[in-house]
Amino acid sequence: MAREAELRLRDQLSRLKSLPLLRGARLEGDLERLQKQLDHLVEQPTDEDIWHSVQLARHEDRPYTLDYVERLFDDWFELHGDRHHTDDAAVIAGLGRFRGQTVVLIGNQKGRDVKDRIHRNYGMAYPEGYGKAMRVMELADRHGFPLITLVDIPGAYPGVNAEQHGQGGAIARSQALMSRLRTPIVTCVIGEGGSGGAIATALADRVLMQENAIYTVISPEGCAAILWRDAGEARKAAAAFKPDAAHCLELGVIDAVVPEPEAGAHADYDEAARLLGDALAESLEIFEGVPGEDLRRQRRVRFRTIGQVSATR
Amino acid sequence: MSERIDVSIEHKHAPPEDGGRPHPNTCPDCGSHYRDDELEANLCVCPQCGHHFPVHARERIRQLADEHSFAEEAAELRSDDPLGFFDLRPYTERLAEAELSTGLGEAMVIGRAAVEAQPCELAVMEFGFMGGSMGRIVGEKFARACESAGERGVPLVSVTASGGARMQEGILSLMQLPKTVCAVEDLHDSGGTLISVMAHPTTAGVLASFASLGDVLVAEPGALLSFTGPRVVQQTTREKLPDDFGLAESNYSHGHVDAIVPRPELRATVARLLRLFSDGA
Repeated sequence: MAREAELRLRDQLSRLKSLPLLRGARLEGDLERLQKQLDHLVEQPTDEDIWHSVQLARHEDRPYTLDYVERLFDDWFELHGDRHHTDDAAVIAGLGRFRGQTVVLIGNQKGRDVKDRIHRNYGMAYPEGYGKAMRVMELADRHGFPLITLVDIPGAYPGVNAEQHGQGGAIARSQALMSRLRTPIVTCVIGEGGSGGAIATALADRVLMQENAIYTVISPEGCAAILWRDAGEARKAAAAFKPDAAHCLELGVIDAVVPEPEAGAHADYDEAARLLGDALAESLEIFEGVPGEDLRRQRRVRFRTIGQVSATR
Repeated sequence: MSERIDVSIEHKHAPPEDGGRPHPNTCPDCGSHYRDDELEANLCVCPQCGHHFPVHARERIRQLADEHSFAEEAAELRSDDPLGFFDLRPYTERLAEAELSTGLGEAMVIGRAAVEAQPCELAVMEFGFMGGSMGRIVGEKFARACESAGERGVPLVSVTASGGARMQEGILSLMQLPKTVCAVEDLHDSGGTLISVMAHPTTAGVLASFASLGDVLVAEPGALLSFTGPRVVQQTTREKLPDDFGLAESNYSHGHVDAIVPRPELRATVARLLRLFSDGA
């Protein structure tokens, strides 16, 4: 048993050492912190570290999509409405110049103060939000603009109206559309990557996660309520299903971890935006000149093979 | 098939066994109680009130496919435990227990079949296997069913019954949503067809992925088809839920499914659709 554990650990270590991670920060001043973060990642995150990530991902001062838009985009032009009957404020969509090229951005948006939070529905999208995302995805595809999606959603809105408007189908169709796009897609989870609500806009060619973001199949509280029959056991649940960036990278769910300022993204918006911007730019570069047909084929292969079970026969 | 089914008096209104939980063969709507063979003979539909009982995967295949036409594929696939997941019990123990109680290796059975002589691929979920939850093997089996259907140029018929993604596989289970979505898109690109039959319950991650992407969406009467279950919606929003919250009938009236088909008509309906789609290619 000990032997098995050691082998597993060694295997993890060798994989973590050859990570394609922490790119997007080429300046010398970053090196030291990057090394520190690498060391941190090489060490298996403890249950405490994981819970710390959960807290930071939900930190009320954490930068949201529009904070990054403000710092990363020139000529930002926000697009509103799903073209059917409403505009879901929990989903941001727009066009802008990012490092010299026109890109389309879709992002989840939480609110800062009480009024704003209610306006944004605490970042929880209705099916109409995915409708808005989809029509903007089509716009990106039509014009060959790269698509950036920023994911920060506790979960798709669990309400009667949302169900009646077809929440499940909207999430399914949004993913299906992303799998058809012939334009490059880069996704970064910048806070909470909450389940179906998150994956609806995360079927990308390259998926990044900020260092303190989380990506989950169910909220720690929800998981605890079901499996432990006590929502108070959220810490245990989080430790068990490992939603932190280091584990997501190890499992092959994401392609790279985007570093944050030492104390977390909330401590320095400008620095967090610079690091995110560099990582997004590097990711987009990878797909420059790749024919659209190849892009979508590779994108589907990526998701077809994630977490493939090797020893099943 | 047409022989009369009597509900024996002593079975009617059978007292709930083990601490208040109704017996699985007791109709929750009218209280009638049946023997296994009585239920099976009636396609697991209550002869008194029409309530649709859950159907196990093997039984569903017997109901839908022509006799001896089903050839299972990928039966050897088993889940492992990628996260070393332990809640109140280890995940591996739950898996072993589910296999013992259902006789199935996972919560989905796939294979070639024919329905009224129309060749197709079947992908049928088993709710009894950990709530029909979708982990990596369910995702893999569904993807293989799409591939098998695509290669043979036959439609895929899926029958879903699932509580959603399998929490014990963490983020990897969420990844089964895009995986199955991509598989359906590949099938569609190759000119293939997906007929999605949604049984009770088709919820969360399965509703939010392949089940909603069928060319035709058919629901069974009374099936719960909701992304979020009624209890969580109630707790989160404190809204008063309508009586038909999330039910097939509500989904139908809001335009989310094409038809509600009672089980006795399901086989003929699927065959009709298979014939219609076989013309397109």
